[in-house]
Amino acid sequence: MRHIISILLENESGALSRVAGLFSARAFNIESLTVAPTEDASLSRMTIVSIGSDDVIEQITKQLNKLIDVVKVVDLSEAPHIERELMLAKVRATGKDREEMKRVADIFRGRIIDVTESSYVIELTGNGAKLDAFLAAIDGSLVLETVRTGVCGVGRGDRILKA
Amino acid sequence: MQLTGAEIVIRCLQEEKVEFVFGYPGGSVLYIYDELFKQDQFKHVLVRHEQAAVHAADAYSRSSRKVGVCMVTSGPGVTNAVTGIATAYMDSSPLVVISGQVPTAYIGQDAFQEADTVGITRPCVKHNFLVKDVKDLAVTLKKAFYLAKSGRPGPVLVDIPKDITTHKCDFHYPKSISMRSYNPVVKGHSGQIKKAVQLLLEARRPMIYAGGGVILSDASDKLTQVTRMLGFPITQTLMGLGGYPATDGQFLGMLGMHGTYEANMAMQHCDVLLAVGARFDDRVIGNTAHFGEVARKIIHIDIDPSSISKRVKVDVPIVGNLPDVLDEIIKLLEAAAAKPDAKGLASWWKQIDEWRGKNSLRYTQGTDLIMPQYVIEKLYEVTGGDAFVTSDVGQHQMWAAQYYKFDKPRRWINSGGLGTMGFGLPAAMGVRFANPKATVACVTGEASIQMCIQELSTCKQYRLPIKIVNLNNRYLGMVRQWQQMFHGNRYSESYVDALPDFVKLAEAYGHVGIRVEKPADVEGALREAFVKHKNELVFLDILTDQTANVFPMVAAGKGLSEMILAEDL
Repeated sequence: MRHIISILLENESGALSRVAGLFSARAFNIESLTVAPTEDASLSRMTIVSIGSDDVIEQITKQLNKLIDVVKVVDLSEAPHIERELMLAKVRATGKDREEMKRVADIFRGRIIDVTESSYVIELTGNGAKLDAFLAAIDGSLVLETVRTGVCGVGRGDRILKA
Repeated sequence: MQLTGAEIVIRCLQEEKVEFVFGYPGGSVLYIYDELFKQDQFKHVLVRHEQAAVHAADAYSRSSRKVGVCMVTSGPGVTNAVTGIATAYMDSSPLVVISGQVPTAYIGQDAFQEADTVGITRPCVKHNFLVKDVKDLAVTLKKAFYLAKSGRPGPVLVDIPKDITTHKCDFHYPKSISMRSYNPVVKGHSGQIKKAVQLLLEARRPMIYAGGGVILSDASDKLTQVTRMLGFPITQTLMGLGGYPATDGQFLGMLGMHGTYEANMAMQHCDVLLAVGARFDDRVIGNTAHFGEVARKIIHIDIDPSSISKRVKVDVPIVGNLPDVLDEIIKLLEAAAAKPDAKGLASWWKQIDEWRGKNSLRYTQGTDLIMPQYVIEKLYEVTGGDAFVTSDVGQHQMWAAQYYKFDKPRRWINSGGLGTMGFGLPAAMGVRFANPKATVACVTGEASIQMCIQELSTCKQYRLPIKIVNLNNRYLGMVRQWQQMFHGNRYSESYVDALPDFVKLAEAYGHVGIRVEKPADVEGALREAFVKHKNELVFLDILTDQTANVFPMVAAGKGLSEMILAEDL
């Protein structure tokens, strides 16, 4: 099962390596990992997507909680939540492809944020499946490069993760 | 008044009432050692290798319930210490390791004796810190002591760059500390504890399985009380020995890979299992699928939630400090109308006595070759069962655990988790510093002892009258045993050729050496060492039967009840 684990941790140097090190040391899987400071500058929020059985996810949660720098851990996928990922896709946009590329980007509610004579950079937000679908919808040979942030997520409604 | 970082380190250690710092000086800790020189509130113990400093501090802690402190220099000082730190981490020993670091401005530039200490030690410490500002130094050391001894204890490392030890600031040592990200649970969940007591009272084939957590949390009195109130059989892990008196009739001996027949059989076939401060590790449970073939309810009390349901799924998890939780259980048992199922218990004990009848630790001592088991039994007799016994790792460790009956906690000091050869001698030093009048024996083998043998020099410097019981079988015994049993008798690199003359070696270091070659001489030699040379270090080099193996044995990956007994071969 795929799980989205949200972690609040002290914004200290080395905190990221403690989390990443834990995953490799205990052979836990990481699909994606994102981290940035929060509105409280002393805290960072990290989102990890991992795939594992319930037992493994339980161990991951417990082991994360055991790290001294970790303030709180929550498995977002246990309850209703929203997840988003940002992708920047640089694509070739010449001739007839130029118009078609703009059209597909519009359909996926992407935005073109950089334009040259021969290329676009398209900004696209959504869950992972939507980003995959966009890449599937365009001609793969036109893709010059892509970069994705990995998933970040938040619980719906009253579910709040705060220190 | 403003103090330098070096002065602050010393003041913090004094505030923590540290008695001994085990360490080795070097470039980046020179200012700290300079301040250390100027004070006499605590003593520094100069080892001969940093690994030994950490082992000694570790055993000092294990035998005294105080936090062990060591100090090493940057780079190789730290990397030498890593084995010791990992040993302490695996056995949850509370340590504060202070390491020097190159000056702040040099960090990352591959400076002389620079190592990424925080990076290297990160996976084998409870937590570590790099101090970047002298103003953080005191509070960081306070946190280090607090983290080391609270919750599930463990080693904490504080890395201090050399320039920080010369910077000055006001000194204030906080009385207490709170960290929003660290709040270890103390009291167990009362609903879960009630459930546990109910299960215990309904059990027909109950079993208590206790581990090192009992020793670490000083829960042996409460554990003994609960066990006696219930009248249940109890077994202990290698790390738990001494947590319940081994000479008591309810004790079934150690369990696991080299556990007794009755302990392993009872563990496998019980219907309710009370696990106390233990972690169901591979050397204890063997094959978890095989263990799961028998239906049983498991209650697991531990301070560390991540130890619960890690390898074996449990029914009633209780996270809490063992003495507190056991105290609650005692109160509930006293108040309970129901009593343990007497009939069920009687037939369970009958079954256990049948298993006991196998006498799985039996061996025969002839007149020619010395059996290692016999040496441990004689050691037990000669020391009145009251010595602190440290060990290295291998066959001798298992024999010491099997045949020396520990009635008190903190008397058996060994590297159970990491299995570190070289632990025994420096550990014996730490024990002796913590217990300056105690009898301290180091049970070792001719291979293990050579991994930290340089400490014979430290023992001389501090006049430590440790008795080294070297079970010398001229083999890496446990490796040889596995090669005999599982690798077609191919003794690949397990023979230790060109051994030193240990008697002369001991004498060269200024100690007493005695060689023992005949069974009839064992007891006399032990008495000579422990009585006649009471105040000297004695190295007993005892030549034992080269073919002796440790039994019973649960082969790796096998189930607990699939034991190989001595008589099977």
